[in-house]
This record gives sequence, C-alpha cells and structure tokens, in this order.
Amino acid sequence: MASKHIIVDPITRIEGHLRIEAVIDENNVITDAFASSTMFRGIETILKGRDPRDAGLLAMRICGVCTGTHYQRSIEAVEDAFKVTIPKNARIVRNLIQGALYVHDHVVHFYHLHALDWVDITSALKADPKLAAAEALKWTDTPHGAGEGELRVIQERVGKFVKQGRLGIFSNAYWGNKHYKLSPEQNLIAVAHYLQALDMQRDMSKMMAIFGGKMPHPQSLVVGGVTCVQDIQNPMRIAEFKSLLNKARNFVKNAYLVDVLMAGTVYAGDALEGTGAGLKNYMSYGDFKLDDTGFYTSSQLFPSGVVLNGDLSTLHPLDQTKITEDVSHAWYEGANDKGLHPYDGVTNPKYTGLEKKADGYSYLKTDEKYSWIKSPLYDDTRMEVGPLARIAVGLAAGDERTTKYAVDFLTKLGKALGLEDAAPASVIFSTVGRTAARAIETELMADVMMEWVDELAANVASGDVSTWTEFDFDAVSKDARGFGMAEAPRGGLGHWVIIKEGKIENYQAVVPSTWNAAPRDYKNRMGAYESALIGTKVADPEQPLEILRTVHSFDPCIACAVHIVDTKGRELSSFKVNTSCAV
Amino acid sequence: MIEKREALAKMFSAKGSKINTNRGAEYYDSLMQTMNKRLAELEQTPAAGKVSITNVLEAEGLDRRDFMKWASAACAALMLPSNFTPLIAKAAELMNRVPVIWIELQDCAGNSEAILRSDAPTIDELILETISLEFNETLMAAAGHAAEEHLEEAMHTFKGKYLCVVEGAIPLAMDGLYGTIGAKAETFKDHLLRVAKDSAAVVAVGTCATFGGVPAASPNPTGAVGVQDIVKGKPIINIPACPANPANITGTILHYVLTGQIPELDHLNRPKFAFGYRIHDNCERRAHFDAGEFVEEWGDKGAQNNFCLYKMGCKGPMTFNNCSIVRYNSGTNWPIGAGHGCIGCSEPQFWDKYAQERPMADTHFKAPTGGVEKTVDEFGLGLLTAAGIGIGIHAIASVIAGKKEGDE
Repeated sequence: MASKHIIVDPITRIEGHLRIEAVIDENNVITDAFASSTMFRGIETILKGRDPRDAGLLAMRICGVCTGTHYQRSIEAVEDAFKVTIPKNARIVRNLIQGALYVHDHVVHFYHLHALDWVDITSALKADPKLAAAEALKWTDTPHGAGEGELRVIQERVGKFVKQGRLGIFSNAYWGNKHYKLSPEQNLIAVAHYLQALDMQRDMSKMMAIFGGKMPHPQSLVVGGVTCVQDIQNPMRIAEFKSLLNKARNFVKNAYLVDVLMAGTVYAGDALEGTGAGLKNYMSYGDFKLDDTGFYTSSQLFPSGVVLNGDLSTLHPLDQTKITEDVSHAWYEGANDKGLHPYDGVTNPKYTGLEKKADGYSYLKTDEKYSWIKSPLYDDTRMEVGPLARIAVGLAAGDERTTKYAVDFLTKLGKALGLEDAAPASVIFSTVGRTAARAIETELMADVMMEWVDELAANVASGDVSTWTEFDFDAVSKDARGFGMAEAPRGGLGHWVIIKEGKIENYQAVVPSTWNAAPRDYKNRMGAYESALIGTKVADPEQPLEILRTVHSFDPCIACAVHIVDTKGRELSSFKVNTSCAV
Repeated sequence: MIEKREALAKMFSAKGSKINTNRGAEYYDSLMQTMNKRLAELEQTPAAGKVSITNVLEAEGLDRRDFMKWASAACAALMLPSNFTPLIAKAAELMNRVPVIWIELQDCAGNSEAILRSDAPTIDELILETISLEFNETLMAAAGHAAEEHLEEAMHTFKGKYLCVVEGAIPLAMDGLYGTIGAKAETFKDHLLRVAKDSAAVVAVGTCATFGGVPAASPNPTGAVGVQDIVKGKPIINIPACPANPANITGTILHYVLTGQIPELDHLNRPKFAFGYRIHDNCERRAHFDAGEFVEEWGDKGAQNNFCLYKMGCKGPMTFNNCSIVRYNSGTNWPIGAGHGCIGCSEPQFWDKYAQERPMADTHFKAPTGGVEKTVDEFGLGLLTAAGIGIGIHAIASVIAGKKEGDE
C-alpha cells in the first residue's frame, strides 16, 4: 500500500513548538497521527520553594494567550489550600475579567484564526453587494454591518488587500479551493465581519484591562481577592465596561453567531457525518461561581462533569482524585502506567530525542517517548476539553442556561436545513460542531456578563467595597494543599499546590493543551488531536484544508507553524496555526 | 525626624536618570542632517517587501492625520524635538527597506500576543505587522522549496542588513535539547546563532530573550539564558518587560531606520529613550508616596484612595521602564492603575528579586549595594537592598510625619 508520511512540523523561523506527523493512505485518508510539543521550560520546578502568594504571577507566564486564566487558577489553588473565601466584589470582578477573555478569545479565534478555513476571500470579490445584503437578512432580522453600501465599501477594501498581498491577514487561506462551499455573497458577509472584528476585538481587550491593568499578563489578582478597588468604585469605569460589553454582545449576536449558523448550515454535511469527532469523551471542570458559598460548593455557570462516548443521557460527576498524568510517551521519568495524581506529580525530564533519518530530517520515535506534553487521564480514559466539552456536559447535566442556548441554535440550524425539528444534538460531535459550540457559548457569556456588571454596580452602590479577605498567612501556610480547577476558553485548566512552612513544596499544572494535544498513553490510546484527525480525508495534500479545519477547531494554544512535507521531505505547503501553551 | 524625612524625600524625588533631553541646537542640526542623508539613501534601496505602511493604513481605514498624530507621539517618545516629526513619518514609510527576521524560542508567545494580533491594532502594531509581513513574504513566497532554503536565501540576500528580532530564552542545559525547531530538530541555540550571524543587529524582545526571564528563574531547570549571553560580536538591543511594550519595539526599529544605528543604550543594553526613567519617577501615585500615604493592606482605605503601593511590594522605585507614561491596551490601564504594585518585569532576574508582594526592606535577598540616587547607568545589577531599606525608612518616617501634620 502506497502510504505517504506527512510531517506537520514546526520547521519554523516564525514560531512553533508543536509538531504533528500524520500518515495518509492511497485515498488520502489519515490513518495515523502523532502530536508532539518540542519545548520545555520547567515552570513547575521553578515554582517550588517560592512564596505561594506570588505563584500566580509566575504561573501566569505558562501561556501568553490564556494568561489571565493561569493567574486566577494558581491564586485559587492557594486560596483553596488556605480555606480563604473571597468577597463578592472580587468574585464578580474575576468573572468579568475571565468572561471578557472568553468573548475576546472566541471572536478572535473564529474570525482571525479559523474563518478562512471555511471562507474564501477571492470569492467575496465576485459577490453582488446588493444580493449579499439580502442574503444577510435571510439569517437574521438585524445583521451587523451588512447593508449594501457597507458591503460595497468592504469589497473595495478587500480588493486593495488582495492587490497588496497582505499575507499576514489571509495567509492561512487556500483561495479558490473547490472545498470552500459558501456562495460569493455569503463569503462577502463573512469577510465584512472579519474586518469589523479586527476593530471589535480591540475594545474587547480593553474590557480585560479595565479590571486587570493590562492584557496579556494582567496584574490585579491577589490571594484573597482583587486589587482594582478604585476601578469598581468608579461608576464611570463600570459604565465604560458595560458600554464595551454591550457593543461586543451586539456583534456576537448579529455577526458571530449568525455567521457560524450560516457556515454551519452550508457545511452541515461534514457535521452530520461526524468528521473530526475524535474521542467523544468530554470533560468540564466547571467554572464561573455564581454565589459566595465557596469554591467547590457554589453554583456554577458551567457545570462540571464527564460525558463518555457522546452519551448525553448520562453525566458522570467529576472527581479530581481520578486525574492522573501518564508519561509513557512524554520526555519525563516515570513508570509505564496511568501515572500519578497531580499532587504527587513529578516533572523530571528524560529526553530521548528524535530519530534522524537518511533524508536529513528528524522523525518522532512514536513507539517510545515523543513529546514534552504528558498524557493526562481521567479514570484511565482519554478526554477532550474545551467549549464543545462544556456544552456537552451542560446538556448532560440538564443545565437550564446551556440547554436554552444550545437548543436555540440547533432549532435555527434545523430550520435552515429544512428539518421538521431541531437538528440533532449529536451534530456538535464534529469539527463543525466544535466551532459552533464555541459560538453558542460566547452568546451565553455575553448575556450573563451584562447581569454580572449590574450585580457588581448594585453591590458597590449598596456600600460594599470589600475586595479582599484577610488571612493569617503564617498560620494557614504551615501545611496545606489545594487545587484551582476551572475552565479556560480552551478547556479545563487546573493547578495543584502543596504548601509547607510558607513555601511551595510541589506544584503541578494540567492545562487544556495537556488534555487535547497530548501524545499516546501507556495503552497506546490517542490524544484528542490525534484521534480527531484519524479518518479525515485530505482531498488535496497540497492544500490540506481538512487538517487545518480540525486542528483549528480545537483553538490550539501551542505555538505551531505547520509544514506539510511528503516522504521525500519536499515541502508541499506551510501554514501558521497559533501560539504557545507548553509548561 | 522632620529633617530626616526631608533628606529622604529629597533623595527619592530626584530624577532617577541623567538623560540629557536637550542637547542644544548644534547637536540636533547635525542629527537631522545625518537622518536626512540616511533616509535619502534608504529611499534609493529596493524595498525588502511589497507592503508599505501607507497602503496598510489606508486599508485599515486610518487617515494621514492619525498617522501624523502617531508620528508626533513617537517623536516625543524618542526624546527628539518636535521638528523631527516629519522625519519620523518618513522613516515609518521606509521601514520596509529594513528587513527583519523574527524568531521565537523558549517563550509563552506573550510578546507576539501583545504585538501582532491581540490587542489594539494601533499604528505601532500595524507597523510591526508590516515588518513581520516582509519577513513572512521573504521566507514563504517561493513555494515548493524546503523552508530551510528560504531562510538561508533571506539571510544571504540581506546579509549584514537585516535586524534579527528574538523572543524567548535559550536553554543551554542538556546540550540545548530542551528546545528544538524545524524538521531537522536544530537546537534553539544553534538556530539563534545561525540567524544572528549575518544580521546588522540583534533585538531581544521581552524579558525572556533579554535576561532569561521566566525559564531562567531559580533554579533555572533548563539552563536558560538571554540572547546577550549567546550572541557575541553583534550590536544587541534589549527591550525587556513582560510583555514588552509594542511602542518601545517600534521606537527602537524606527531609530535604526532613521540613523542606521542602534539607539543610545544603558549598561543593560536597553534603549535610554524607553528605560531612562524609573516607574517611580512618573508614577500617578507618586504624590501619595511623597505625602507618606500608603496602602497598608489589600482593599483598605488607602487602596480605595489610590495611595502609594510601595508597602504592598511595588518595585516602581527600582524599575526602569516607561509604563507609567505609555500604559497598556491603548492607554486603558496599567498594573499600578489597577491597584497592584510593579513587579519589576523589565529588570534582570526580576522573578528572583522583585516579583513578590512585599516591600524590598522585608525581603532577604542578597544584592549588590550602592548609592540610592543612581542614574540608569549606575543603578546597577538589580537591586539595591539599601534603597529598599531606605524607602522603607522613608515610608515609616513620612507616615509618622503625615500623622503629625494631620493631627495638627
């Protein structure tokens, strides 16, 4: 059988610490895939011996993309260890900073990192703006910035972009590929929103800076609360936040969600076939505390739990003691078994390298160790995390809010597809579904944040300006352990800390990309990326749109410049994926 | 007590730096001539990339007026008189004459995130995008060749002319194998040396690339170091901070375009225009420091009134950077604005010296001592325990004095 070996590889002078190797058969169907991270920093080791109150600042630097999330998780782990409950204002402020990150991150991901896998820019140039304006009205009564005149102006601007060859913006696209299915008019609408989103996301990131000080790497959280007292006391500041949020929310509802519905309808075939489904085991740590009863007792916006084999009728309660990190295929010392719980976790490097072959290229030794990412397991099972997992768990939990937003979307999708009923929930178990789940979640988040801003303003107005809970550091830090487990935009993110005599004795972080981008485990079972790629048909290996769609649908937070080369090492194509999240 | 307080107040209110911002007409006339000559020469050279900032701005819907406003601000940031503004604008337009090769090593992508896509597409960021586009284009245009060849080709074509911009630290332990790149699994160190070799200058961006940053924090498990520890015999410009402020990166590259030379640097190779002052010198809470009004505990009355954060561990008095002026996210806020002290992120080894929420006087770091009032050149390797204690004394003294005055 003439199988080709594709290296999706970080030959990268731009950025890149993720490598994917895939094997395709004579029908161009992926039969095997391996994901590897090629960079190690040892942040968990660096944290040992430090003052736990300062850990958040350093732990945040694990990633410059979900940066505020690591910060908060680390601080929550210490608060959990110290049994400190934060004041109401601090809880809401943290929710607002995190919520703003979700809205910003998801919008940027869809339009600037993912849309061009579905949208063809050159086709947009052929559109009739008048027809496009009419098309926009088919999907919503209140389209965002998609009137005939606006679309005409955009079309002219895009014409200029294309003439200048502005690769930075459009570099990931394979213009004119026959696997783009949107009509020229639909493409024009999406492109218009793509450009409008560039401007929108600037304001979205300002929301985070209002309470966070700066972004990336905010600096306003401390063990026991938050520091931005002045910003919450100032009605102008809260009004500024609300006005930015309102603008963002309108865009999410009238552009983002509608575009995903439109594209989802056109590409529904892929979703119904379940292309890119992968593991179908979903886990959510749960997040966004809705009351002040304490970390793991309060009600949550996103419920926690586990869904197995895509079975939404059964929710398995989450038990953090069942998490282990297997190092059988990761460059660390350890036994060839399901590994240790993060409290007992060890991160001692044991690098065994790549294998240099006669063609001059180095290949992963996929039978043994081949990545700096460990393979986390939940109850000895591989898991996918992220927006899709959160929606699946929310549905299985019968969560009212999640169900409402998901059913809303599926009903509209069913109608657009001409079905009698809502589209089946199982469509979300796919590459397209992963992308839709992210949009559904963004709408939910933008709505609930409006409630939170009002809650914060009302609470401050009632005279409560408390932002920090006092604790006796010397007393509580003698012998303590805790964990901060919640969600990042990309999925479940947990920090575990053991504290002795005021210092960190052990620290382990299990991040979304640990779950999703992990290598094989000790039973040779695949990680989420690897698994989602299997069975995907790459119609044209020179333009591997299908690989891109699936890898992008996870919103990878690993630096990754991907190159596809054939067995002879001849480069077929190259494309940049995204940024970094290795520990 | 009052006398002591005054002495200390004087000590700390002195400007932290001795940057000469007015060097006289003769100096500026001659500088302008040099710059005009340099720009005229550049204009004659072919563009390294097809994309020009003028077109980019137009496509983004920004007009000439916005651009000139930016040029005027950039001019001030570079500490040049305002009649240099048209030169700055011209230099920005000619930036595509200076090829830039941008590499990423042991990092968190925070600098890229700050600069290239996430926050505000301000003119600074668009200019940087334009520059990196050239790089992409240079390397990626010729499809079908191995990527290695593209890099070699770019390095050969622009030999001795390109700026090599580096993000991230370089791990040296285990023969550098903690970070590899490319299909041939080249180590980060070899990669850096290869790209830096034929560059005109190396620009290290962010604290990881400049001083080792996060990975180099104790016990430095991967033996991480900064660019200046690896690259020898090349001009090196350090633009630290976590992340580096995009305005400072643009300023540095602009300066290079304007003069063909690297900007004036301090002893840590940081451009003086950005790192010439301490955070403390221009802090919005400075008046409270001088008045002896401090936050004593998170969320207290002092915090509610924006008092000085020194006692909560603010390292503004030891940290050279311009955050207090430039701020972040299109000027929306900055850490001290959000009520948290500075963690000294533009200083060497700040993770081991500064990044904690207690004042220096309460820490037990051993650091070289020195005079308190130091210029950026003399301030020295990190921290002055003496300065920490000194400020601590002032904090106590001024509170007592403040109370006394209040009582009267």
